[in-house]
Amino acid sequence: MFDFSIVTTWVDQFLRTYLPEFWVLAIEFVVVGVVMLALYAVIALVLIYFERKICAFFQCRLGPNRVGPYGIFQSIADMLKMLIKEIIPINHTDKLLFYLAPFFVVVASFLTFGAIPFGNGLQAFDFNIGVFYLLAVSSLGVIGILMAGWASNNKYSMIGAMRSGAQLVSYELSAGLSLLTMVVLSGDLQLSTIIEKQSDTWFIFQGHLPAVVAFVIYLIAGHAETNRGPFDLPEAESELTAGYHTEYSGLQFGMFYLAEYLNMFIIASIATTVFLGGWMPFHIGGLDGFNQVMDYIPSVVWFFGKAFALMFLSLWVRWTFPRLRIDQLLHLEWKYLLPINMVNLLIMVGIVLLGWYF
Amino acid sequence: MAEQIIFYVLAILIVAFSILSVTSRRILRSATYLLFVLIATAGLYLLMGYQFLAAVQISVYAGGIMVLYIFSILLTSHAGDKAKPVSWKRLLPAGAAAAVGLAVCGHIIYHNVNKVMSLVPFQEPTMQDIGRTMMGTDKYQYLLPFEAISVLLLASIVGAIMIARKR
Repeated sequence: MFDFSIVTTWVDQFLRTYLPEFWVLAIEFVVVGVVMLALYAVIALVLIYFERKICAFFQCRLGPNRVGPYGIFQSIADMLKMLIKEIIPINHTDKLLFYLAPFFVVVASFLTFGAIPFGNGLQAFDFNIGVFYLLAVSSLGVIGILMAGWASNNKYSMIGAMRSGAQLVSYELSAGLSLLTMVVLSGDLQLSTIIEKQSDTWFIFQGHLPAVVAFVIYLIAGHAETNRGPFDLPEAESELTAGYHTEYSGLQFGMFYLAEYLNMFIIASIATTVFLGGWMPFHIGGLDGFNQVMDYIPSVVWFFGKAFALMFLSLWVRWTFPRLRIDQLLHLEWKYLLPINMVNLLIMVGIVLLGWYF
Repeated sequence: MAEQIIFYVLAILIVAFSILSVTSRRILRSATYLLFVLIATAGLYLLMGYQFLAAVQISVYAGGIMVLYIFSILLTSHAGDKAKPVSWKRLLPAGAAAAVGLAVCGHIIYHNVNKVMSLVPFQEPTMQDIGRTMMGTDKYQYLLPFEAISVLLLASIVGAIMIARKR
């Protein structure tokens, strides 16, 4: 496997030979920040195209096919439109909070995005509390949504924000507990160690039954956290216009849109990292020849392949199931997912203690 | 040098938003400023290398308690509500109490925390250390206090139910 940290260490050494420590750090901060922001935007563009094509496929349509071959430049045209649209100012709102809210949503998802390992050695920062960090910063997004709903001074926005708050706060619990189940199996929170430990087989095969249950619960809870699919009642367009971002226009709406798509990617990549081995190729412990063949595929391809496969599942669910009511949504979480999750955690602890994993 | 710049930026943010959060007359704005203070404090922990504490600060205070605050504000007040300006008579004792608090805390920090920092060698605790310290019953392990604190939480939940039932 090609280790990308060779490149980054080489750049670091190169800068250090010519510049003092302070400037090296300053340059690296800026470069890492710009690269991550660019990646964030590009992934959003790719996802918008991906979603529109998949959606069209499920509805027996063609989807975007005018701008460029197979319509691949459609999302760039959409982006340009979004960038030059007018931002409509609104009276009788708390201006400061109104303008702050979209930034909050984007920053929360960007903080999570920063910690994701994209490939072998391609990780901006690797905390020893990895999974806990991801859970902590992703819980900030709900504040932006609540702020947006309140600052819009509009009943629909308010109802949307309250629904979204109830939904995010309750489903965060399930997502956290199902990740905790896998942390019990891995015995570590650091993302690089978690991936390293999956070099024989991925955790979903290592932990067999409880791991599969945790995986399914994480996918459901994560899908609910992105406010999409059957869980999109915070922005149910038939009742609430557009929920908490009804009053936003132009680039401000664009930021909510961006964060929504990126949250889908983040959920998929956390699931990839914790359950499906992140950038680790499909290895079977003992079969060295097979493992070597698998190693020829670059780690970045493995990571994005798995993440996009999970996102395809998410889109499949989104375009298949009808929207839930708020009581059904809360029933699903508090009466089914959470008890199953707790029992599952206990089973996983038992399996790890007895050594019944691969 | 880079660390110092980051420290000063965070310190200025903490001071400025603390002052704004007590002087703002709109309650949700105060809550937002308080949130910034909490996040900047998490930044200070990160700067010290205490990643666990930073994540706890964000997930418990910013992600948990602030969301509860904002929820309760949303349920009880309207957009455009403003608090009345506080009169001088009430401002004086509040200022005096703040000054006394500053003096006491400053004294404790200056005389004791300094000593601890110089006596105990600083090293970043691993996740496993933190887990064992929190979940054991031997010497220097704190399962019992941890559980005792959860009784306090239970008591406050019961109290909240009592207050809510009265209405």
